[in-house]
Amino acid sequence: MAEDIKKVLIEYVKKEYLDEDSDQEITEDTKLISSGIVDSFSMVSLKMFLEKKFQIKIPDEKATPEAFDSVTSIIKLLTEFTPL
Amino acid sequence: MSYSEKASVHYANELMCIRGAGLFKEERQILSPQMARIMVEFPAGAPAKGVLNFCANNYLGLSSHPEVVEAAHKGLDSHGYGMSSVRFICGTQDIHRELERKLSEFLETEDTVLFPSCMEANAGLFEVVLEKDDAMIADRLVHASIVDGMRLCKAQLYNYKHMNMQHLEEKLQETQGCRFRMIITDGVFSMDGDIAPLDKICDLADKYDALVMVDDSHSTGFLGKLGKGTHEHCGVLGRIDAITTTLGKALGGAAGGCVSGRKEIVELCRQRARPYLFSNTVPPVVIAASIKVIDLISKSTERRNKLEENTKYFREKMTQAGLDIRPGVHPIVPVMLYNAKLAQDVARDLYEEGIYAVGFFYPVVPQGQARIRVQISADHEREHLDKAIEAFTKVGAKYNILGKKKDEVIAMYGM
Repeated sequence: MAEDIKKVLIEYVKKEYLDEDSDQEITEDTKLISSGIVDSFSMVSLKMFLEKKFQIKIPDEKATPEAFDSVTSIIKLLTEFTPL
Repeated sequence: MSYSEKASVHYANELMCIRGAGLFKEERQILSPQMARIMVEFPAGAPAKGVLNFCANNYLGLSSHPEVVEAAHKGLDSHGYGMSSVRFICGTQDIHRELERKLSEFLETEDTVLFPSCMEANAGLFEVVLEKDDAMIADRLVHASIVDGMRLCKAQLYNYKHMNMQHLEEKLQETQGCRFRMIITDGVFSMDGDIAPLDKICDLADKYDALVMVDDSHSTGFLGKLGKGTHEHCGVLGRIDAITTTLGKALGGAAGGCVSGRKEIVELCRQRARPYLFSNTVPPVVIAASIKVIDLISKSTERRNKLEENTKYFREKMTQAGLDIRPGVHPIVPVMLYNAKLAQDVARDLYEEGIYAVGFFYPVVPQGQARIRVQISADHEREHLDKAIEAFTKVGAKYNILGKKKDEVIAMYGM
């Protein structure tokens, strides 16, 4: 299950945040926020995507740049709200 | 006294972190009026140095124009210094309404309301016209003041890749269930000089029944044949629902901004926009000078034409000299250097050569996109432009970047 979620998240990040011609690799440990791939403004849409996709509500205090900084940390955050 | 040592140490540490990250902003003191050639004291205490200014938003060179300054003097005499009031209590003079009318005429919109700044126009607009069942669909690189304005609004926030119409269309499809959708973009993006494709944006807005909002701060007064802005440049006059713009750049550069567009949206801003309701009225002296600015640019396109010629000349010569210029037609000319330290070093050396231009790097621009942002003005004479090109060529040769492509510069200096 976690593997599926990892795949969904990596695909989403690629499609949503990288340019079509980008050759940047995204893995579960790629830094998203601290590397500038996802800026703080775009983080809002990432949060909204997660909430919609997984039918959860992430409280604002949990939606920190650290929690969103990689696919791995996002999965960790998701486990708090939904059994994976 | 409640300012404890704990608080003092905390704030001092914050400042140290800012310095440590290389993000501390040093303000340079300018000892002359704003114009092409200015006197600067930098670092503090150093003897004043005459430099050519290539980093002001003084696109039309009106900041210290004699007729504008004279109009300000007259306005001060006829309408006083301050109003000591917000607009709706006792802060609206005849000239405030006159400027709003003139702005509507110039921008070809239905109505206009002045704000103390465009930052405040952007802070106030969204929460007035959108609610939680609505969606804001913004270009990912919109100005920070728009981001702040959207944060104050309860509508759902979506964003699309920078100027990517396919991605915008996907977002419009995704939000079909919302009551209202508003597409939100800068007319011109301040770091890149990119011009938003407003014609395509308006077509998509029509197709999906969405509103369009544009912050045109970096184009009002000079983009388009009559200088009306990005909406004129893209052939969509009358199709933008809300334009926010500033009097603080091309239009004299003092202060003030506005929301201009559909009359209902503008009136709602008058009634409900908090930064409008709770800020002091724009001072009469600024209003009087701004009226003169609108009169000048409505009467003649001479200054915007000169700006266009200057920009074309500068872009061509810089490219010929081998500098890596982000292509475009806007007087914002990003000279790409990719590496933050290189951008700072080049800016410092340019200053030594008498050219004042500033380096921008992460987090102001994306990682690996460091650059020097040059801004051309109608106040620049050909000899000013030549001096800047010469200085860039000299400094570029020193760092061995002339004729080098992005990959080569990154290979030498890193990202």
